[in-house]
Amino acid sequence: MRDIKHHLTDQLLMAYSAGTLPEAFDLIVAAHLSMCDACRAAAESFDATGGALIEDLDTAELSDDSFAATMRLIEGAPKLSVPKPRKKGVLPGPVQDFVGGDLESVKWRSIGMGVKQAIIPTQKDATARLLYIPAGCAVPDHGHRGTELTLVLQGAFQDETDHFGPGDIEVADEDLFHTPVADIGEDCICLAATDAPLRFRSLLPRLAQPFLRI
Amino acid sequence: MPDAKTQPTQDWTNHILRIRNQDQVAFKELFAHFAPRVKGFLIKSGADEALADECTQEVMATIWRKSEMFDPSRAGVSTWIFTIARNRKIDMLRKRRRPEPEDLPWGPEAEPDAEDSFVMQQESQRLGEAIRALPEKQRQLVEKAYFGDLTHSEIAEETGLPLGTIKSRIRLALDRLRHQMK
Repeated sequence: MRDIKHHLTDQLLMAYSAGTLPEAFDLIVAAHLSMCDACRAAAESFDATGGALIEDLDTAELSDDSFAATMRLIEGAPKLSVPKPRKKGVLPGPVQDFVGGDLESVKWRSIGMGVKQAIIPTQKDATARLLYIPAGCAVPDHGHRGTELTLVLQGAFQDETDHFGPGDIEVADEDLFHTPVADIGEDCICLAATDAPLRFRSLLPRLAQPFLRI
Repeated sequence: MPDAKTQPTQDWTNHILRIRNQDQVAFKELFAHFAPRVKGFLIKSGADEALADECTQEVMATIWRKSEMFDPSRAGVSTWIFTIARNRKIDMLRKRRRPEPEDLPWGPEAEPDAEDSFVMQQESQRLGEAIRALPEKQRQLVEKAYFGDLTHSEIAEETGLPLGTIKSRIRLALDRLRHQMK
């Protein structure tokens, strides 16, 4: 595994473990964990916290028939199917599940200046999309009302804060207005998730925004 | 009745190993301990009585059916059961599945080391004790986060949970898995 410099916050890892994130955020966290064992270990230690809590929880009385009903469920259930191993690709496994395959299955739409995006269908409380930024190109200057997470899947980008390579995740809050620029040498592919619409500084992307859903 | 919260928790690993061999006695004991807790968790998370009953039965059936997949070198039994209950909660309340990271299973020839598994079960118990010893206010915040009463941005930036040791144990287990996958 590559040495990853930019990791998830404890806030996000804990909420992922508790199961309280919007679907688009669950997806980007699962994608980062597929690439980063440091965060995976952290996520699983938050699961251990959940385990400790459930041990100490007030118990609820079961209906009389519970054990027998559970045994009937077990007897009636089909054998567990072993999930098909996914093809190793640019897209991490959980993203491939949403897209229905690797990059060849992505339906890109141009959003101008060479940049392309593909919205990933998730529940509406947050948005996930794949971004394709040609080498050396920039994504228009934008800020966010909520939280924006950007995970590099291929290539690298630089913005006002730092440099981000494969597996790195940028956690940006409302204070950050940034212009991510892809490195020269390789086209950059990112997964991004936001829980509120982006805010663009210049007029043109702002006019196009309702149509592009970015 | 003595306060259950001060008693050391039992190591259930052996029960899971027996359930793998279809041992109904072991399953009944595990059920008696965990099913009322799983139901309590689902009710706290917002399920009504009937839905919580139904989902608890499904969670317990999943434990039986997935007992092969439990990796005792990476998680305590109550942790593993929590993840199954948590996933069922997301299905139930949000009508969707939880996106999961890529699988890291042990291959057909390799198995987790018994010593590693033992240490992990101990670490999980120690974490439980440490969480029990947290100041009441902080413990309540953690509970609120896990029962769905806080959004991610409302969770404290520094959780203050003593996760350092268990995190490095899990990391070690992941490194061994990566090594045997090569």
